[in-house]
Amino acid sequence: MSNRFLKPCTAFALPSLLLTSGAVLAEYKFNFPEPVSPVTKEVFDLHMMTSAVALIIMVLVTIFFVYSIYKFRKSKNYEPDQEFHKGWFGTWSWALVPAIVLGIDLTIAGSASSTFDLIEDKTPADLTVKVTGSQWKWTYEYMEDDVKIVSTLLPKEEAGELYLRTVDNPLVLPTDRRVRFLHTATDVLHAWWVPAIAVKKDSIPGYINETWTIIEKEGNYHGQCAENCGTGHAFMPIQVNAIAGEEFDTWMSKQKEIKLAKMAEAASGKVWALDELMTKGEELYNKNCSACHKPDGSGIPPVFPPLKGSAIALGDVSKHLEVVIKGASGTAMAAWGNQLDDLELAAIITYERNAWENNTGDAVQPSDVKAAR
Amino acid sequence: MSTTTTHEDHHHAPPTGFGRWLFSTNHKDIGTMYLIFSLIMLFIGGGMAMLIRAELFYPGLQFLEPDLFNNLVTVHAIIMVFGVVMPAAAGMANWMVPLQIGAPDMALPRLNNLSFWLLPAAAILLMLSVIVPFFGGGTPVNTGWTLYPPLSIQSGMGMDLLIFTMHTLGISSILAAINIVTTIINMRAPGLTMMKLPLFIWAWLFTGILLIMIMPALAGGVTMLLFDRHFGTSFFDAAGGGDPVLFQHLFWFFGHPEVYVLLLPSIGVLGVIVPTFSRKPLFGYKSLVWGMGVLLLLGMVVWAHHQYTIGMSVAATNYFMIGTILISIPVGLMLFNFMLTMWRGAMTFETPMLFAIAIIVMFSFAGTTGVMLAVVPADLQYHDTYFVVAHFHYALIPGALFGLYAGVFFWLPKWTGHMYNETLGKIFFWWTTIGFNLTFFPQHFSGLAGMPRRIVDYSVQFVEFNQISSIGAFIFGLSHLLFVYIIIQTVRGGEKAADKPWEGAQIGTPGLEWTLSSPPPFHSFETPPTVK
Repeated sequence: MSNRFLKPCTAFALPSLLLTSGAVLAEYKFNFPEPVSPVTKEVFDLHMMTSAVALIIMVLVTIFFVYSIYKFRKSKNYEPDQEFHKGWFGTWSWALVPAIVLGIDLTIAGSASSTFDLIEDKTPADLTVKVTGSQWKWTYEYMEDDVKIVSTLLPKEEAGELYLRTVDNPLVLPTDRRVRFLHTATDVLHAWWVPAIAVKKDSIPGYINETWTIIEKEGNYHGQCAENCGTGHAFMPIQVNAIAGEEFDTWMSKQKEIKLAKMAEAASGKVWALDELMTKGEELYNKNCSACHKPDGSGIPPVFPPLKGSAIALGDVSKHLEVVIKGASGTAMAAWGNQLDDLELAAIITYERNAWENNTGDAVQPSDVKAAR
Repeated sequence: MSTTTTHEDHHHAPPTGFGRWLFSTNHKDIGTMYLIFSLIMLFIGGGMAMLIRAELFYPGLQFLEPDLFNNLVTVHAIIMVFGVVMPAAAGMANWMVPLQIGAPDMALPRLNNLSFWLLPAAAILLMLSVIVPFFGGGTPVNTGWTLYPPLSIQSGMGMDLLIFTMHTLGISSILAAINIVTTIINMRAPGLTMMKLPLFIWAWLFTGILLIMIMPALAGGVTMLLFDRHFGTSFFDAAGGGDPVLFQHLFWFFGHPEVYVLLLPSIGVLGVIVPTFSRKPLFGYKSLVWGMGVLLLLGMVVWAHHQYTIGMSVAATNYFMIGTILISIPVGLMLFNFMLTMWRGAMTFETPMLFAIAIIVMFSFAGTTGVMLAVVPADLQYHDTYFVVAHFHYALIPGALFGLYAGVFFWLPKWTGHMYNETLGKIFFWWTTIGFNLTFFPQHFSGLAGMPRRIVDYSVQFVEFNQISSIGAFIFGLSHLLFVYIIIQTVRGGEKAADKPWEGAQIGTPGLEWTLSSPPPFHSFETPPTVK
C-alpha cells in the first residue's frame, strides 16, 4: 500500500530530471515520424497540405479579429453601421461564402481521393503477413513461408526508455519489397499502427482488412495498438525491424529450421520429465498466458479467473486439457489448440498444475495432448 | 377559455417547500433545476477528468488501475455529453424559449417535469455502474463512451446499468425535445412569425428535431447489446453470424448528429450575444437559419467518418469523406456571419462577448482540424490518437460548453435580477480560456507523435506534452470554483439588474424577454404580447 503513496511523490520529482535529459529531448516530436514508404510519404504530404490550409485560415481569422477589436469598439466612439447587412455583400454573402469554401473543399478532396486510391492499390505483393490482434499480443504469420511470430510487451527492466514501444519478438520485414498486411483479431477490436511504414486499419473479429507497404529504409519502427482493447490496451506495442532483402532471406530460412526442429521435438514421442516441462512451461506461460492470468497465476477476476488453486488446474487433467485446447465458450478464454503444438501445450498445462503451490505432481505429455485434441 | 377564480388565486405566488420543485410544472423552476443539475454534473465529470490528467501526469501506474482509468474516461464523456451540455442547453431552452416567444409556459408542462426528473434517476444509475465493480460487479465499463462490442460484452454488471442509463437519458431527451419543438411551433405570440424568431429559438427547433430522429438509433443499439450480453443473441458476435461493425454504424448514426445537438444551442446563444454587444443586427439571419437546416441534414448522413478504419469500400469511403468536408460550408457560413456582425459594429467586451469572440476563434480552429480529420488517408493516421481527442475537445468545449457559459453570464441578470460581478467574470474568462488551451493544444502534438487514446500508461517520449496538458487541466478545472462563486454571489445579491441590462439587447430581434422585469414574475405572458 505504501508503494501507492510513494509513487505520486516520485511522479512530481522526476519530471524535472527528465526535461533536462538529452536522450529524451532527442525523442521530442511535434509531428508524425519520418515516413519511409510510398503510402506514408504521400499521406504525410497530404497532412502537411491540410495543415497549411488550416494555418492560413487561422492566420486570416486572427487578423480579422485583431483588426476588428482594434477598430470597431464603442470606447473609440465608432458609429455602428446599421445598414451593413442590407448592402450588396449582405445580399449575396450566403452564396459567395459557400462558393469559396466549396473551392477549398474540392481541392482538398481531390488530392485526398488520389492518395486513397494509392492506399487501396491491390498490386500483388512479394510477401503477405497476417497480423492477428489478441488480448494483449500480436501474432504475425508469414503466409508464403508458413512461419509464425508471437510478439508481446518487453518488460520495463529490459526495455528501458523504449518501454511500451518495444517487444520481445519484433516483426522482421525486408526493405524494398512489397508487403501486404492482412488484419484480423481473435477476441475484441485492435488496430495495428506503425505510422512510419503503413496507415492503420482496424483488426476486427470476423473481418480481414488489408494494408500494404514498401519499406525504403532499414531500421526499427515503433507503434502501438490504437483501438481500445481493454485492460492491456496500453501494453501491446508494435515493433518492426526492417532489414535488407538477402539478410531477410537468411533470417527466414533460419526461422524455418527452428520450426522444423521444434516440430520434430514435439513429435518425437519422448517422455518428458516434470522438470523439463516446468522450465519450458514457465517460459511459454509467461509469453502466452500471463497477460490475462498474471505471472503469479492470480488472474484478473472475474473476466480472467485465477489459476492458482483453481478447480480446473487442481482437478481432472482431461478437463484442463479441454479448456486450454478448445477454449471455454461464452468467456474470454481462447482456444489454443491451433496456436501451439502438442509439446508447448503439454508444458504449459504441466506448469499450471505445478506452479504457485498447485503441486499436483502431474507431468502432462505431448501424447496426452494429441489424444485430447 | 375561461379560468375559475381559484385558478387565478393559485397563480399569485409560487408554491413553497419541496413540493414546489418535485411537482413543478413551471418552466422557470424546471429550467433552474436543469441548470443546477448540469452544474453539479459538471463537477463530477470534471473531477473525473482531473483524476485522468493526474494519472497521465507521469508515465507509469500512479493512482488508477487500467480498467478504472478507462472507466473514468467512459463515464467522464457520458456525464459531459448527457449530464452537462444537454441538460444545461435544455435548462436554457426552458427558461428562454417561453420568454423569447411570448408564451406563458412550455406547451406540455407535466411532460416537462417528467423529462427533468428522469435525469437524476439516470445519474444514479450511471454512478451505480461506476460503483458496482468495487463490490464484485465484474470488470468496469472500460470501453470508452462508444461502448464498442466485443469489448463491451466482456464488461461486468456496470455495462447493464450503463445501458439502462442510456435508455433513461434517451427518454428524457426525446420528451424534452418534443416539448420544445411543440412550444416553438404552437405557442408563439401573435405576429411573431418564424423568420422573426431569435436565432436561439431556431437553433433549439433544429436541435429538438435532431434529437427525436437520432435517440431511437442509440436506444436500439444498446438494447441489442443487452440482448447479446444476456439473452444469447449474436447481433454483434462474428462467431454467431453477427457483425461487430453494425454496432458502430448504429452508434455513430446517433453519435455524429449528437455533436450538432451539443453545438446548435450554443450557436443560438452566440446569435443573440454577438449582435447585442456589437450593437448591430445579426448579419445574414436567413443564411444562418438555412445554414443550420443544411447542417442538420448533412449531419445525419456522414456518420461513418468516425469509422474510416473499419475498411469500407472505396466508393462508400469517398462518399463519407466528401459529405463530411461539405459540412465546412454551413459551419463556415455561420462563423463568417458572426464575424461580419462584429464588422463595423460598436463593440464592448463584457464577459459574454469575450466568450463569444474566443468561441469563434477556437471553434474555427476545431473546424480546420475537422477538415484535416475528414480527409480519409490522413485520418487513417490520426484515427484513435490524441489528435482526435484535441480536435473534439476544441469543438465541444468552446463550441458547446463556453457557449453555455456565455449564455449564463448573458441571462443571469434576467434570471436572478442581479448583475454579476464583471471583474470576476472577466477573470473567469481569461483563467478558463488559458487553462483550456494549455490543456488541449499540446494534445495535437502528442497525437501526431503517435500517442493513442484511452491508454493509462505511455512511453517516456510523450512525457512533456502530457505534463503541460495535466498542468493546464488543473488550472482549467480550478477556474470553475470561481464560476460557481460568481453564480452564488449573483443569486444572493448584487447590483440590481435593469429589465434590459444590455444596451444592445433588442437590436434586430423582437426582444420580448427584455420587456419583462428582472427577475421575471413567476407566471409571465399570461396575456400574449403582440409583435408588430
